[in-house]
Amino acid sequence: MPAQRLLPSTEAEDLIALVREIARDELAPKTAEAEAHERFPREVFRLLGKSGLLALPYPERFGGGAQPYEVYLQALEEIASAWMSVAVGVSVHVMSCYPLATFGTDEQRERWLADLLAGDLLGAYALSESHAGSDAAALATRAVRDSDDYLVTGTKAWTTHGGVADFYTVMVRTSDDGARGITCLLVDGGTPGISAAPPERKMGLTGSVTAQVHFDGVRVPVARRIGEEGEGLKIALSALDSGRLGIAACAVGLAQAALDEAVAYARQRTQFGRPIIEFQGLEFLLADMAAAVESARATYLEAARRRDRGLPFRRQASIAKLVATDTAMRVTTDAVQVLGGAGYTRDFPVERYMREAKVLQIFEGTNQIQRMVIARDLRNG
Amino acid sequence: MNIVVLVKQVPDTWSERKLTDADHTLDREAADAVLDEINERAVEEALRIKEAQGGEVTVVSMGPDRATDAIRKALSMGADKAVHVSDEALHGSDAVQTARVLAKAIGTVEGYDLILAGNEATDGRAGAVPAMIAELLGLPQLTQARKVSFDGSTVTVERETEEGLTTVQASLPAVVSVTEKINEPRYPSFKGIMAAKKKPVNTVTVADLGIDAGEVGLAGALTTVLEAAPKPPRTAGERVEDDGTGGTKIAEYLVGQKLI
Repeated sequence: MPAQRLLPSTEAEDLIALVREIARDELAPKTAEAEAHERFPREVFRLLGKSGLLALPYPERFGGGAQPYEVYLQALEEIASAWMSVAVGVSVHVMSCYPLATFGTDEQRERWLADLLAGDLLGAYALSESHAGSDAAALATRAVRDSDDYLVTGTKAWTTHGGVADFYTVMVRTSDDGARGITCLLVDGGTPGISAAPPERKMGLTGSVTAQVHFDGVRVPVARRIGEEGEGLKIALSALDSGRLGIAACAVGLAQAALDEAVAYARQRTQFGRPIIEFQGLEFLLADMAAAVESARATYLEAARRRDRGLPFRRQASIAKLVATDTAMRVTTDAVQVLGGAGYTRDFPVERYMREAKVLQIFEGTNQIQRMVIARDLRNG
Repeated sequence: MNIVVLVKQVPDTWSERKLTDADHTLDREAADAVLDEINERAVEEALRIKEAQGGEVTVVSMGPDRATDAIRKALSMGADKAVHVSDEALHGSDAVQTARVLAKAIGTVEGYDLILAGNEATDGRAGAVPAMIAELLGLPQLTQARKVSFDGSTVTVERETEEGLTTVQASLPAVVSVTEKINEPRYPSFKGIMAAKKKPVNTVTVADLGIDAGEVGLAGALTTVLEAAPKPPRTAGERVEDDGTGGTKIAEYLVGQKLI
């Protein structure tokens, strides 16, 4: 049963109907095979881009959809229910556009934002390094000023769309002043000196490319610096607040898909002469799954509505990410349990859902980091 | 070229479709309502002709209030405006009454050169309305088109039926109904969805069209559904164990069903 949504406008209803149609007809039929063969579906992003789905939360005058996060995230959730790797890709792309859209000058936005949002280009967000994960401020990729350019050298890690992205939003070190020495650059993916390592061999999200990206003396015009030198970490963390809402929505979409699969199976599978959904042991399991999915949705929507009203939402975003991704892990695990032996085989999608859920508790801030963010907010009052 | 496209909101073929017990009309509450797939293709064809030749695409639909959703879908794909005939009196109208109402509604669109329709709706499946409208308007009818082309004021259609392929030609204005082979419809873009909100939809009643309410609806229909029963549930299939002769057995089964 598709999620029942309360949407704020007719255009939002039409948008969700469009996303469901594309998800059902263009995404879902291709998911299992592409994931099994670890194939990155670039053409699917082109279709989403052409339909305006890669730019939903950005201003109309730059080609965006001018949608509140409350609506954008529910569209993202619908994509996640059909194809998790694609939804994570959309979320990362939207986050890659965020620094330019939010912290760029008018001149910079006029120059580049419409291209980023037009749907042909795909972005990547390069913050993590092998020794700078949760401790992002330890990053060492260096940008050295050379007249009107920076020369960027270093290696970024765990980059979604690494090697296939058309542009990279990169956090670099411009001084040794710790967290205050970080700067944000918008780098064209075709710039000489950028190369990607072979993609990571992951447990899930196998249709999404994750790779180290090497920058070897990459020349980036100073005009492509977003914000001032030293503002990079602030920009990065601000982008992550919104990005975490994206991951929360993806997690709820995945959990919804697992729940739907479990319910459908439990209705038609019979044991002891009746459908297994009639046994209380499973009834209660499914009811708990549904309660968890709907609570997680309510949690991310609450955070999104705060963001849409211009209220602080860092704590709520971390809570949403924590709650939604832990929910996705539990619900996908329980979905495998409902399907029993069948669930453990690759003939059904739930084992893949379970593998996909795990990374949600790890990336864009581990769930331990989310607790830290929440606790720090409580401490500071 | 100015084109009228007839569209209909139907129950989604992906959901369970039912008739009401009371009067055997469509149970609109039982299923999700969508723009009929065949109409999406008719709209697509109209948009392609417009893109090649210029002009305007007007969507005409008859249906209850919520048919506005289907009309908006056509507008979000790129049609320019719409006429929506919405009237309680229309409930239960048959194909002939529908054709009469639509013919009048088409008459409110100025200077049309072409009327496009799907060949058959996925719900009623009468497949008669386009031909009836042509008759009522005194226009040539070119039905079951899998390809449409133009040369000046002449329209040429490849007509495909179970009997075979025919090429038919007529002078414009004309009525053309299309089959599933005509094209692959586009998805609306979100820009299209936002633009659709601002496009004009002229909502009219049967009285506005100069039709007496007594001439339409279930009571005055020329055809009546006397009885309706749900399809029997699917029975368990025949199971064939493959001991090396599986292929032969399947072929024998298909021959037995006169399928090969």
